[in-house]
Amino acid sequence: MNTSIEIPIRDEGDTATIYAGDYLNKLSGEKIERECRKRIEGGCKTLVVNFRETEIVNSIGVSILLGVIDAASQSDTSVIFSEVSKDTSQLFEMLGLTKHVVLQ
Amino acid sequence: MQEQQQQKLIHTFSALADIGQEVAHKNNFQEMIQTSLHLLLGSLAIMRGGVARYSKFGHELNFLAVRGLGDDFPLSASLEMSDEREFLNTGMSDIELSQAKMLAFFQRYQKVLDRKRIEMIMPLIVRDQLVGIVFLGEKATGEPFTKEDKAVIQAMARHIGVGIHQRNLMAELNRRAEENRQLYEGMRMTYKDTVRAFATAIDCKDKYTEGHSVRVGRYSEIIAEELEWKEEEIEGVAVAGYLHDVGKLTVEKTIINAPYRINAKESKELNKHPGVGYEILLPIQHPYADVPLAAKYHHERLDGRGYPDGLKDNEIPYIAKIVSLADSFDAMTTDRPYKRRRPFNEVIEDMHRNAGTQFAPELVRAFCSGILKEVTGENKSRRFRRLLGPEYMEAEGLEMSLKDALNGMNATKPLTLIASG
Repeated sequence: MNTSIEIPIRDEGDTATIYAGDYLNKLSGEKIERECRKRIEGGCKTLVVNFRETEIVNSIGVSILLGVIDAASQSDTSVIFSEVSKDTSQLFEMLGLTKHVVLQ
Repeated sequence: MQEQQQQKLIHTFSALADIGQEVAHKNNFQEMIQTSLHLLLGSLAIMRGGVARYSKFGHELNFLAVRGLGDDFPLSASLEMSDEREFLNTGMSDIELSQAKMLAFFQRYQKVLDRKRIEMIMPLIVRDQLVGIVFLGEKATGEPFTKEDKAVIQAMARHIGVGIHQRNLMAELNRRAEENRQLYEGMRMTYKDTVRAFATAIDCKDKYTEGHSVRVGRYSEIIAEELEWKEEEIEGVAVAGYLHDVGKLTVEKTIINAPYRINAKESKELNKHPGVGYEILLPIQHPYADVPLAAKYHHERLDGRGYPDGLKDNEIPYIAKIVSLADSFDAMTTDRPYKRRRPFNEVIEDMHRNAGTQFAPELVRAFCSGILKEVTGENKSRRFRRLLGPEYMEAEGLEMSLKDALNGMNATKPLTLIASG
């Protein structure tokens, strides 16, 4: 399901960078979560979620990201959210996501 | 700070709006629940949670969606009657785990709920019925749930509860519709069996025409099939055929079984049977209309020389015309006490000759066409063969007689369907 959605991912050693796209919703979010879990299970030590093109993160997006954080916490994988816009970064901070990830 | 508050409100309200949309418009129930759980967890950044549906009949909670609870989380849990009562007493408000230790349910599942760090549960109650429970873990901030958080959770859980309730109603509706369908089917079968039993009872009275009513029912059915009537209309005609002679139950057995051509007085007595049959059938609420009319008028003729009322052509109910043809066909093709059955070719010629005077031509055409299909092998059902015997069907020149009859007849009027009531 949702195989038509392409999620850009860059793997470099034990670091994987996943690009969240312009709108993190259920369709793209579940794909991102699957890809992240795959990397975590594959021994990835640092997971970078890049929000360069992301304009909106809705509640579904937050739930997806919590799933990523949860999976990472069980495997000692650190999660970095990079290039987060000011609004999204405020949202993450307010909701407590920044307690579990590093913002870059 | 105010700007942050505003942003949080927008985030929460959009989640609330989305969950409303989700419940109202999603056709896929499972997907609706999964998305709703995402929205609930994401609105307040709750680390984990699950939505379970409660089955009142099985006293069981079944998880429809879980997030962050791990593979070892039990996906179903039994609920005692007392648990259900306690949840109903609590109403649709949050129960924090720390306050819930008194509930029997928590005492049974405390270990797993503690291990999974479930902090709050919210019973889903719709119209005074427990339809499910939402289980929630801690917030990403690590802070306790505020009063406002709980209000948001309650509002969203209400939507989820309504979604589950709607689903339950649909399932119940489908179950009842299926139950009704089966009940109707059962009644229909009972009705058919009763009608057949009646036909057999009628035929028992006349030892020389044993099986006559059943055969007339079958022939009538075949004619209706050839006319491509609807299934329920075909059934209606068959019933009319089975019951057309029900009035004979009141005629003296000595007259019915007379091994000679009966006299005028006896004939008068016998000829009362259509009217008597009508009187017997009229008070019965048949699923098909016109069954009593078939009994009353199956001895009428198109030229008005029939009985009991000497009706002509269009005055005769269509169903009676069908039964009349089937009745005459059976009379000609079975042995009677005073005469042997006639060769098949002769019967066809007789029907052909009397089309327009005794029988409706389009019905003779439909009947002959049905016989021809079986003779040529186009129809493999062997329905006539079973009713008439294989040797009778192998009469020399039968195919030609049938083709001649069909070529010599044109439907004189459009087919009229009987009403089914």
